[in-house]
Amino acid sequence: MGLIREMAVQGAQMVFVLLLAPLLLGLTRKLKARMLDRVGPPILQPYRDLLKLVRKDVVLAENASWLFRVAPYLIFAATWVAAALVPTFATGLQFSWTADLIAITALLASARFFLALAGMDIGTAFGGIGASREMLFASLAEPAMIMMVFVVALVAGSTQLSWVANFMLTHASLRVSLGMALVALIIVALAENARIPVDNPATHLELTMVHEAMVLEYSGRHLAVIELAAALKLLLYVSLIACVFVPWGLAPPRSGFWPLVVGAGTYLAKISVGAFLLVLFETSIAKMRVFRVPEFLGAALMLGFLGTLLLFVSRSF
Amino acid sequence: MPVVVALWSVAVLIATAALAPLLVGRPHGATRFVYTVAGLVALVLAATGGAVLLGLADGSREVVLPIGLPWIGAHFRIDPLSSFFLVVIDLGAALASLYALGYGAHEEHPERVLPFFPAFLAGMNLVLLAADAFGFLVAWEFMSLASWALVMAHHHEEENRRAGFVYLVMASFGTLMLLLAFGLMAGPGGAYGFAEMRDLARSEWLRGLVLGLVLLGAGSKAGLVPLHVWLPLAHPAAPSHVSALMSGVMTKVAVYGFVRIVFDLVGEPAWWWSVVVLGLGALTAVLGVLHAILERDFKRLLAYSTVENIGIVFIGLGLALAFRVNGMAGPAALAITAALFHALNHSLFKGLMFFGAGAVLTATGERDIEKLGGLIHRLPVTAFVVLGGAMAISALPPLNGFVSEWMIFQAVLLSPDLPQWPLKFMVPAVGAALAFSAALAGACFVRAYGIAFLGRPRSTASAEAREVDGFSRLAMGLLLALCLLAGIVPGLVIDAMGSVATQIVGHAMPAQPLLPSLSIVPVSESRSSYSGMLVFVFILMSSGLAMWAIHRWASRVVRRGPAWDCGFPDASPVTQYAADSFAMPIRRVFGPVAFRSHIERSMPPPGDPSPATLKVVRHDLSWEILYAPIAGRVSWLGERLNTLQFLSIRSYLSLVFVALVGLLVVVAIWA
Repeated sequence: MGLIREMAVQGAQMVFVLLLAPLLLGLTRKLKARMLDRVGPPILQPYRDLLKLVRKDVVLAENASWLFRVAPYLIFAATWVAAALVPTFATGLQFSWTADLIAITALLASARFFLALAGMDIGTAFGGIGASREMLFASLAEPAMIMMVFVVALVAGSTQLSWVANFMLTHASLRVSLGMALVALIIVALAENARIPVDNPATHLELTMVHEAMVLEYSGRHLAVIELAAALKLLLYVSLIACVFVPWGLAPPRSGFWPLVVGAGTYLAKISVGAFLLVLFETSIAKMRVFRVPEFLGAALMLGFLGTLLLFVSRSF
Repeated sequence: MPVVVALWSVAVLIATAALAPLLVGRPHGATRFVYTVAGLVALVLAATGGAVLLGLADGSREVVLPIGLPWIGAHFRIDPLSSFFLVVIDLGAALASLYALGYGAHEEHPERVLPFFPAFLAGMNLVLLAADAFGFLVAWEFMSLASWALVMAHHHEEENRRAGFVYLVMASFGTLMLLLAFGLMAGPGGAYGFAEMRDLARSEWLRGLVLGLVLLGAGSKAGLVPLHVWLPLAHPAAPSHVSALMSGVMTKVAVYGFVRIVFDLVGEPAWWWSVVVLGLGALTAVLGVLHAILERDFKRLLAYSTVENIGIVFIGLGLALAFRVNGMAGPAALAITAALFHALNHSLFKGLMFFGAGAVLTATGERDIEKLGGLIHRLPVTAFVVLGGAMAISALPPLNGFVSEWMIFQAVLLSPDLPQWPLKFMVPAVGAALAFSAALAGACFVRAYGIAFLGRPRSTASAEAREVDGFSRLAMGLLLALCLLAGIVPGLVIDAMGSVATQIVGHAMPAQPLLPSLSIVPVSESRSSYSGMLVFVFILMSSGLAMWAIHRWASRVVRRGPAWDCGFPDASPVTQYAADSFAMPIRRVFGPVAFRSHIERSMPPPGDPSPATLKVVRHDLSWEILYAPIAGRVSWLGERLNTLQFLSIRSYLSLVFVALVGLLVVVAIWA
C-alpha cells in the first residue's frame, strides 16, 4: 500500500511538471507584455499553441533522416525525466535516488546533444550556426553548473537533491559560497533556457539566435514536443533554484495529504515569484553580442569555482 | 594454470605471426586465417583474465621460463591488476580481429599488416603477464616495434613516414626512461623480479626520481601532454582496426605500466606525487579535447580525443594517490575504480569510434569530415552505432562514459578532507577542468557526427557511399552493446573490480546492491546514487509514451517538402555549416590562449587580380616550445660530430686512448 502511494506521488510529480510547464511560459509572456505596457496573449496561450501544433501535419525537409524524427521525442524524454527528478512539492520521492544533480545536468546535456544534431541534420546554414553556438555556450555553462553542484554538495554533504533540500531546510544559514552558487546557477539558467541576455526567445530570423535556429526546420507535432521540452527545462531550472535555495514548504518524505497540498501551494507561489523576477531581469537588460556571452558564462564558472575553493579551504564559508 | 594458458595463447599468436608471411600468396585466405586465430586467442586470453579477476582461477603462482637473462629467467604471473587489463585489452583485440575480418579484406598490402597484427597482440599481452623487469621491458619494446611496423604499413605516403619516424623516436625514448626507472628500482643488488623489487626499501628522492621517469616513459606511450605529439600522427596512420587497438588498447597498457610501478612496485608515494599527476591529467584532458575540436581529419580527431581520455584516467589515478597517501582507503578505492573503469570504457567507445571511422573510410575513401555529409542515409547501421559511440564518449547518460566520469566527480567531492593545502587548491581546479573537457567533448562529437553523418553530402564519394560488410557492422554493434551494458549495469563492473582496488589501495568500493534498483552507490545512499538502468528505462518509456500518445490521438501525417531555411533554401551543399565554421566560435574563444591562434588576412591592393586569402594560424605549443629546440640541438650536435666519421686511423686510436685514460681517471677518483 505504501509503495503504491509512493508511486502515485511520484507519478503525480511527473504529470504535475508536464502540465505546469506551459503555464509558466504563458505567465512569463503575460508578465513581460504587461511590463512593456502591452496586453499580451492569455496565460493559457501556450497550451493552445501546443494543441494546434500537435494536430497539424508534419512537413519534413526532403533529406531529413530518422534522427530528425526521433530527436524531438528523445529531447523531450530526457528533459522530462530530469524535471521529474527535481523535487517540486515534496522531497524523497520514490525514484529520487535514480539520478543525482550531476546526472540531471548530464541528462540535460543529452537533450542538448540531440537538439544540436537535429539542427545539423537538414544541412542548412541556420541549423549549423545554432548548433555551433549552443555547443559553445554549453562548453562554459556545463562546467559552471557542475561547479555550482560542487558548492551545494560540499555544503549539504550530498549530491542527492532530496537530501540537499532537507539539509537546507534544517540547517538554513547565509553562506558566501551559496550566494556565489546562486548567482552562477541563475546565469546558467538564463543561458540554458535561451533567455535574454544570451538569446532572445521571441525572435526568428536574426543572426544572433541560437535555440530558434536549431529548431527552424521543425513543424507540427515535432515542434510541439520540442517546445514542450523547452518549457519543461525552464520549469526545471526555476524548480531547482526553489528547491535548493528556498526549500521552505516542501513536504518531507512519506508525508500525509495536507503537507503535500501545502507543498504544492508554496511551490506555485515560488514559481510565480521566479517568473516575475525573470521577467523583471529580462526587461531591464539588453541582449548581448554572441562573443560577449562566453564572458558572461565565464563569470558564472568563476563564481562557482570560487565558491568551491572557499569550501575546500573551510567548510564554514 | 591460467598463466600457462595465457602463455600458450601468446605462443600461438607469435606462431601465427611467423606463419603469416608464408601465406601471403593467397591474401584472402591469409587474412581470414590470421584474424580468426587472433580473435579466438584473444577471446581465450580475455576469458583467462576474467576468470582470475572474478577469483575463479588463481594466477598468482609464478611460472619461470628459462629464457631471457640466464640468471634471472622469465617470470610470469597474473594478479588481479594484470587480469583486469587482460580483459580490457583482449576484449578490444578480439573485436578488432572480428572487425578486421571484413575491413582487412580491403587492405592493399596485407603482407605489411598480417604478420605484425598478432605480434602486436602478443607484445601487449606479454607486458601484462611479465613479472620481472627484463621481461616487461622486452615485451614493451616488442609491442612498440610491432605497432611501429603497423604504422608504417602504408609507408608510401609521406605523412605516414614522418609519423613512423616520430613514433619510433618517442617509443625508444619512452623505453629508455622505463629502463632507467627499473634500473633505479632494482638497485645495486639487481632485484629484477617484481616480488623482490616490491620488498626493497628506497629513499624518498629515489622514489620521486622513479615517478618522474615513469611519467616520461609510460606517459609518453599513453599520450600525456606534452609527450602526446606522436600520438595524433601515429594512431591515424595505421589501418583503422590497428588505430582502434593503439588508441583504445595500447594506451591502456601504458596506464597499466604506470599503475604497476607507481602503485605497486616503487613503495610508499609522497603526497606531492598526486599534485604532479593531477596537474598533468587536467592539462592533458583540456588540451586534448581542444585540439580534437579543431581537427578535420576524422581519425586524428579521435586520436586527440584519446589524449583527452587518458587525461581523465590520470585525474582519477592522481586522486587515488592523494587519498592513499593520506590513509583514506574508501575514497582511494572509489578513485582508482573510477580511473580503471574509465580506462575500460575508453577502450570500448574508442574502439567503436575508430571502427566507425574505418567504415567511413572504406565507404568513401575520405578521412576529412569536411568532404563528407549525409552518410546517415547511405550507411544506416554505421551511422546508428557511431551515434551511440559519440554519446558514450561525450559522457552522456545512460551510456558508460558518464558513469566513470560521475564516479570521478564523486571522488573530487570527497577531497576537501585532504590535509595538504596545495591539494586543496588543486582538486577543485581539476574538477572544473574535468567538467570543462566533458562539455567540450560533447561539442567535439556533435561537430564530428553532425558534419560527417548529417546534412547533405559534400562530395560524390559521400553521396554514393555503400554500407560496409557484416563483420564490421557486427563488431561495431557488439561494442555498442557493451557500452550500453556497462552504462546500465555499472554495479557489476564495479563489483568485478573489487579485487583490483584491494590489491592497489588495500580497500575496495562497497559491494553494489544489484537489486532492487541496479543503482550504484559509491559512498553511502545519502550522499549520491545513480541508476543507469532506471534512467535508460525512463527515457525509453517516456519517449515511447509521448510518441504513442501523439500518433494515436493527434496527428501521424508526414509530408515531405523542400527545406525551409528561413525562406531562402540554397541547393548547393557548400552553403551548409562546415567543420571549420562549426569550430570557429570555440577557436575564437579558447584558441588565443591554448594555441596562440590568430587569423592572417591578405588583401591584394586595388588593381591586383590575385585572390584575397584568409588563413587560420594555429600553433602546437608543446611542439614549438619543447620539441623543436631539442630537435634543433640534436641535429646541430649531429652535424658537429659528423666530422668524427672521416678521421684517420691514427686519430681514432688516439681518441680511444684518451677515452681510456679519462675513464681510468674517473675510476681512480671514484675509488
